[in-house]
Amino acid sequence: MSVLDHTGTTVRIGALRRARRNGRLRLAAGMIVLLILGVFATLVTGPTMTPPADLLRVLTGETAPGAGFAILDLRLPRATLSILAGMSFGLGGVIFQTLLRNPLASPDIIGISAGASAAAVFAIVVLGWSGPAVSVTAVIAGMGIALLIYLLAWRDGVSGARLILIGIGLSAMLDSMIAYVVSRAPAWTMQEAMRWLTGSVNGATLAESLPVLLSLTILGGLLLVRRSNLEAMRLGDDTAAALGVPLALDKVLAVMAAVGLIAVATAASGPIAFVAFLSGPIARRIAGPGRAPLIPAALVGALLVLIGDYTGQHLLTGRYPVGIVTGALGAPYLIYLIIRSNRTGGEI
Amino acid sequence: MTNVSDATLRGLRRSRQRRGAWLLVVLLALAGACALSVSLGTREVGLADILAGLSGRADTMSQAVVAVRVPRTLLAALAGAALGLAGAVMQGVTRNPLADPGILGVNAGASMAVVIGMAFFGMQTLDAFLWTAILGAGAAACFVYAIGSLGRGGATPLKLALAGAATAIAAMSLTRAVVLPRNDIAGGVLSWQIGGVGGATYDAILPCLPFLAAGLVLCLLSARSLNLLALGDDAAAGLGARVAWARAGAAFGAVLLCGAVTAICGPIGFVGLVVPHVCRLLVGVDHRWLLPFSALTGGTLLIVADVIGRIVARPSEMDVGIVTAVIGAPVFIWIVRQRRVRDL
Repeated sequence: MSVLDHTGTTVRIGALRRARRNGRLRLAAGMIVLLILGVFATLVTGPTMTPPADLLRVLTGETAPGAGFAILDLRLPRATLSILAGMSFGLGGVIFQTLLRNPLASPDIIGISAGASAAAVFAIVVLGWSGPAVSVTAVIAGMGIALLIYLLAWRDGVSGARLILIGIGLSAMLDSMIAYVVSRAPAWTMQEAMRWLTGSVNGATLAESLPVLLSLTILGGLLLVRRSNLEAMRLGDDTAAALGVPLALDKVLAVMAAVGLIAVATAASGPIAFVAFLSGPIARRIAGPGRAPLIPAALVGALLVLIGDYTGQHLLTGRYPVGIVTGALGAPYLIYLIIRSNRTGGEI
Repeated sequence: MTNVSDATLRGLRRSRQRRGAWLLVVLLALAGACALSVSLGTREVGLADILAGLSGRADTMSQAVVAVRVPRTLLAALAGAALGLAGAVMQGVTRNPLADPGILGVNAGASMAVVIGMAFFGMQTLDAFLWTAILGAGAAACFVYAIGSLGRGGATPLKLALAGAATAIAAMSLTRAVVLPRNDIAGGVLSWQIGGVGGATYDAILPCLPFLAAGLVLCLLSARSLNLLALGDDAAAGLGARVAWARAGAAFGAVLLCGAVTAICGPIGFVGLVVPHVCRLLVGVDHRWLLPFSALTGGTLLIVADVIGRIVARPSEMDVGIVTAVIGAPVFIWIVRQRRVRDL
């Protein structure tokens, strides 16, 4: 092996990395274009289609007869919350999947979303709270449930299988509690109840989206800044420690940030089924190998919620909340995942 | 040699005495639970009113309350017995400590089938519900077992639980999607989400009795072959069991029980998980004892859960499916913690 060979390899690896980075940039750009198209479709579609010229006039602050209310008060908040909640779920989900190194260990399967949702629905129905207090309660409950699952799964160390099974058990209990609280609130419309049972962006307001935007900016930013340590943790605890990553602190930070993202979004839109679970693997599939696909997963999450909501509202007969659409999507995927991992004989 | 067999005989006799004692305890508990269930609730009822109500009079408010609570108690006992027995059989058939009609998605499948039948095929009668629910339960059971046992290692508890959880979520999503736009479906979304025994009448209980009886007989008859299956498929075949047939027969009995219960009560989880584990602690692993015990304990547990649901949420009620989930999930977690990682 001469020095020249090494240089050649280095150059090749460098070129490969550049190509991959460019590919990911193109991918992100493509998904953002799709998102813009989705927002546009959400804004113009309704009982009657709004012409694009009217949409432009409304968005620039002029008055357009008959379109202003529908666009500014109904459709725009809806699209905003869809994107913000979707990004939070996607990002939070992929952090969990990366840290626990298991696609099934996403917050909506192991009960963290259910915990946040149960706390939010309890705060709203039983305590009569609203606004930021609900978000804070949801975050605290989400973190409490995460801690509880971790402690219960601890027996000479935490095994992934035990953690997932305990999460399944806990979320079965939490789901039935949510159903109970919802059934105790007879004044609610079914639409409102469906938000807490399966997740929905019906009746979203811009004020509801604000906490989600804040948590996405602060916690998402934190995760992106510390992402190199996340990459090291993906290699396993021992390797990360050997690479000099202060494990304990960063792991706790990453988990708390992910739980915060999930819980705040859940407090606004309810636990939209399977978005956190689906986004990471889809992003990984289209982004290819390499670093954990944080930004692609967030974008995939936003697309899933936006398109799922559009499908539930306009493409099916009858109107369905977005969580029913994503729930119907996610279950076959989970089954496919089990079948595939069983065939290859690998760990799920 | 004689000493050894004497000791064995003494051991057997002692364990038979112990089982007999436990049988007495469980029967007493069942009777006590029935008494509590008839007398406790939003309105408490005295002994005189209970006797009057049992003899069919409904002159005072209290007597009318008794007339409503008696069929409710009966339904809770039947449903609990069926679910407990079905859980014990499923744990035996799959040799899996986490098997439960709720966790394996069987109840969710039954509930989805009934909702689809109501929405798209205009089914109205309880008989039709029963057949559809049993069909749905059977389809879900086959599906979950097929997915869970694919690949290396066969049907491990983790794979079965995941396949069941996925199937339950899918079935629940479809159920909601079918019910949501149709206000005409009885009870709406929530009643197909949580199981309950409130509002039971003799007219609703009567048609499901033949199904429950058939399931009961099939399950109890399979006790011997379940004992053999517990030794492993090869050993069971060597001892003369027809493994595939024994499995299929026992599983069919369990599916009959779950389907019939879900058709009248809706999905009730965790009874089938908790009860066999408790009974195994009491009477050991012999299915000839375990199965009848699971039925009796299951009935007792569901009646008690129903009474708890009536008391904690006074003056309204908490559906029994919620109470069983709150009682059952900690037991599920305890069972998971007991196992070594390798066994999961």
